[in-house]
Amino acid sequence: MQLTVWTYEGPPHVGAMRIATAMRGIHYVLHAPQGDTYADLLFTMIERRDERPPVSYTTFQARDLGTDTAQLFKRAAQEAYERFRPQALLVGASCTAELLQDDPGGLAKALDLPVPVIPLELPAYQRKENWGAAETFYRLTRALLGPGRPTPEAKVRHDPPRCNLLGPAALGFRHRDDTTEITALLNRMGIEVHVTAPAGASPADLQRIPEADFNVVLYPEIAGSTAQYLERCFGMPFTREQPIGILGTQAFIREVAALAQVPAEPALTGSPARSAWYSRSVDSNYLTGKRVFIFADATHAVAAARMARDELGFTVVGLGTYAREQAREVREAARLYGLEALITDDYLEVEKHIAATQPELVLGTQMERHIAKRLRIPCAVISAPAHVQDYPARYSPQMGFEGANVLFDTWVHPLMMGLEEHLLTMFSEDREFHNEAAPSHLPAAARAPAQAPAPAEARDAGARCWSSEAEQELQKVPFFVRGKARRNTERFAQERGLALITLETLYDAKAHYSH
Amino acid sequence: MSAPQVAGALPGPDSPSVARSGRGQREVFCGLTSIVWLHRKIQDAFFLVVGSRTCAHLIQSAAGVMIFAEPRFATAIIEDRDLAGLADANDELDRVVGRLLERRPDIRLLFLVGSCPSEVIKLDLGRAAARLSQAFAPRVRVLNYSGSGIETTFTEGEDACLAALVAELPEAAPAARSLLVVGTLADVVEDQLRRLFAELGIGPVCFLPSRDAADLPPVGAGTVFLLAQPFSTATARALEERGARKLAAPFPLGAEGTTLWLQAAATAFGVDPMHFNRVVAPARARASAALAPYRTQLAGKRVFFFPDSHLEVPLARLLSRELGMQLLEVGTPQLNRQHMASELALLPAGASVREGGDVEEQLDRCRTLRPDLTVCGLGLANPLEAEGLTSKWSIELVFTPIQGYEQAGDLARLFARPLERQMRLRC
Repeated sequence: MQLTVWTYEGPPHVGAMRIATAMRGIHYVLHAPQGDTYADLLFTMIERRDERPPVSYTTFQARDLGTDTAQLFKRAAQEAYERFRPQALLVGASCTAELLQDDPGGLAKALDLPVPVIPLELPAYQRKENWGAAETFYRLTRALLGPGRPTPEAKVRHDPPRCNLLGPAALGFRHRDDTTEITALLNRMGIEVHVTAPAGASPADLQRIPEADFNVVLYPEIAGSTAQYLERCFGMPFTREQPIGILGTQAFIREVAALAQVPAEPALTGSPARSAWYSRSVDSNYLTGKRVFIFADATHAVAAARMARDELGFTVVGLGTYAREQAREVREAARLYGLEALITDDYLEVEKHIAATQPELVLGTQMERHIAKRLRIPCAVISAPAHVQDYPARYSPQMGFEGANVLFDTWVHPLMMGLEEHLLTMFSEDREFHNEAAPSHLPAAARAPAQAPAPAEARDAGARCWSSEAEQELQKVPFFVRGKARRNTERFAQERGLALITLETLYDAKAHYSH
Repeated sequence: MSAPQVAGALPGPDSPSVARSGRGQREVFCGLTSIVWLHRKIQDAFFLVVGSRTCAHLIQSAAGVMIFAEPRFATAIIEDRDLAGLADANDELDRVVGRLLERRPDIRLLFLVGSCPSEVIKLDLGRAAARLSQAFAPRVRVLNYSGSGIETTFTEGEDACLAALVAELPEAAPAARSLLVVGTLADVVEDQLRRLFAELGIGPVCFLPSRDAADLPPVGAGTVFLLAQPFSTATARALEERGARKLAAPFPLGAEGTTLWLQAAATAFGVDPMHFNRVVAPARARASAALAPYRTQLAGKRVFFFPDSHLEVPLARLLSRELGMQLLEVGTPQLNRQHMASELALLPAGASVREGGDVEEQLDRCRTLRPDLTVCGLGLANPLEAEGLTSKWSIELVFTPIQGYEQAGDLARLFARPLERQMRLRC
């Protein structure tokens, strides 16, 4: 048993729902108790989809357990087929139904429906959402394509070259806009996107996948196993580079150009990414060496680290992922930054690491956003799990050159807000701007009487003794690094056996720790 | 797809019809969802779900925002090794609880909450609770109840929790007369009602759940209780077994509901009717005044309820009697005919109340009837909206203070706002 406060990923059948919901012409019959229907709201509320997910639940109850839950499943599958007339049917069990061992696959086969029925075995007590999505996409594609055909067609070079775009799913982090951005990029390179899947694809579309020359894998978490199968059985090569950041996008363009045998240069030159210039502009000097902590799914974590260091001049002080399946990739990447990757799905552990690292910026999921908020550290969300605000109305890709622009803005904005807050604090004793001052354009009569001074920030128990002078000086340090300054100074004093922290100690410590 | 069958229609030509329909898919939350408000209400209690990742994911998705560093709930996620017998589930549970209580020394009451998987593998949480209670006495009391979706629907999780609490209530002196209000209410509502009861001269008054688990109300033969929430079936039964007597009344929603609800207590405590009217008159008038503008907006509008929170019948009564809305269908997950008798009696003749049911058939009927307003769960609201059917997502009704006189206007506004929004938007 694992004690869990918040979870980064849902159960694997939610991953299957992300595939079914992204596609057209698919229906998923899920053997599950009524409470599991909550998963619909992930799609209709968080992602604001305007249709129900194509999922029917058997919603068995305690009283059904003594009788025949298998019969219940068969009826649900039959009725779902009749009502929705899908081109293919996915069938499976959620965690509770897995314990009943009713064999949804066998039961559905017995119905002898006139469409392909794909059974999903998603072990709910071992696996999680992303794995469930990948497995579902793979099982579905494999069921529709078979073990492979040594078709001569697969080797034929099309003119223009053709690729498939694999990975975008429902409830993905900016998948909708990434798809648009990368499709446009590929088109600019003279490459045709043949099938995009699972998003928007029908079972018939999946059957057309081998007609393309190669596959572009946008999210290995979801499409990795499918791409490997397509390579193995249909000889289709696939991309490894993730087009995130300018460098990532350029590497992706070179890789794609090689696969499609087209020149890379036109797409590389004249890139519409303003972020490179913005990053060079003198205004961005203050970004230099900002200490950033990154925790996300593997794709976004690894890409964000590269962009943070090489395109924004940050220092990566923490890198990790909750996706154990991709732990190897993240460990390798972390070594590039001289770090040990943090591989965990324990939210409290991530919080502990962030608190200990004292970064100036956190790039993470919605979970890290909450951690950062509590620790008063600026934060930007770069990956699922996401909230409703991470599905913006505006065009906001993470990938391609426009994605690099979006990321520049998204990451720098919280730092600017932090700076602004610092300036407000700095000016708080100014005669005109101090905390008790009413807006200068309002008549003096409206001014509120002075309130009690702002409370001092929480102190660690057993903190060393500070002289009032040093304490006052500490208050002049920006709030978002004040905690670190306090801790460093106290450690410095402790190591030297100083009982009282004076102004001198404060600046000695500052000199000691800055290099 | 079985045809709706009429089961237990109420006597009398003017009664609403009550049907139990369809055996198909039910689109409802499980009882674990109640933890989202229960953990806010009982401030020294912790809710440990013994379940799967799905349970953890449900609560966090329903809770919406993860604003608490460590909320007073968590999930002990059952893993493969627990199922395969590699680990003894009880040992594992003891370990998890030990770790939890070490982290959270502030916890005085721990609920082990059963889930679908724990029920199916027949993990005996009752025994586990007794064992752990002994181990951690006197610092922490450990209770258990089931919030599983195979046994409970949405708000019934609260009922199961409160029923478990009833066994813990201290025994009241046999002659001690007291009033107990049952069902979670927002603190602000609780305070308003306390003031009203005090002015009426009714007392002592206690609330279940109490804000503090250390402060449980006594119960005994002298206790009468009022249900503030319509889903407290098991709790009512447990209280009756402890000798308490239930006061029949509609639920305190709207000016009328609140008045009748208070009146039931006043009658039981022998409050002079003149005094009663004098005491409630100002608040009652305020409630009516607050409802009036919404009546203009809502009168004649047709409303359809999908089964969801168990609040549907009292809400339908309010919408029809005080706001003039026309009831097309009142779906509710389960109908407790006894607790709901006073409410059903107030529904207009011919109102169609449907218990349980198949969500696909409900959607078919809803699309055919094209109501002006559809009250439904989170999974259905946006898809219906996209079909041009204005909807009110019902989970707000359990998170918002809606009971009592002072909240009558707020409650009406919840229904009026989607329609007003419809009027305002031009594209």
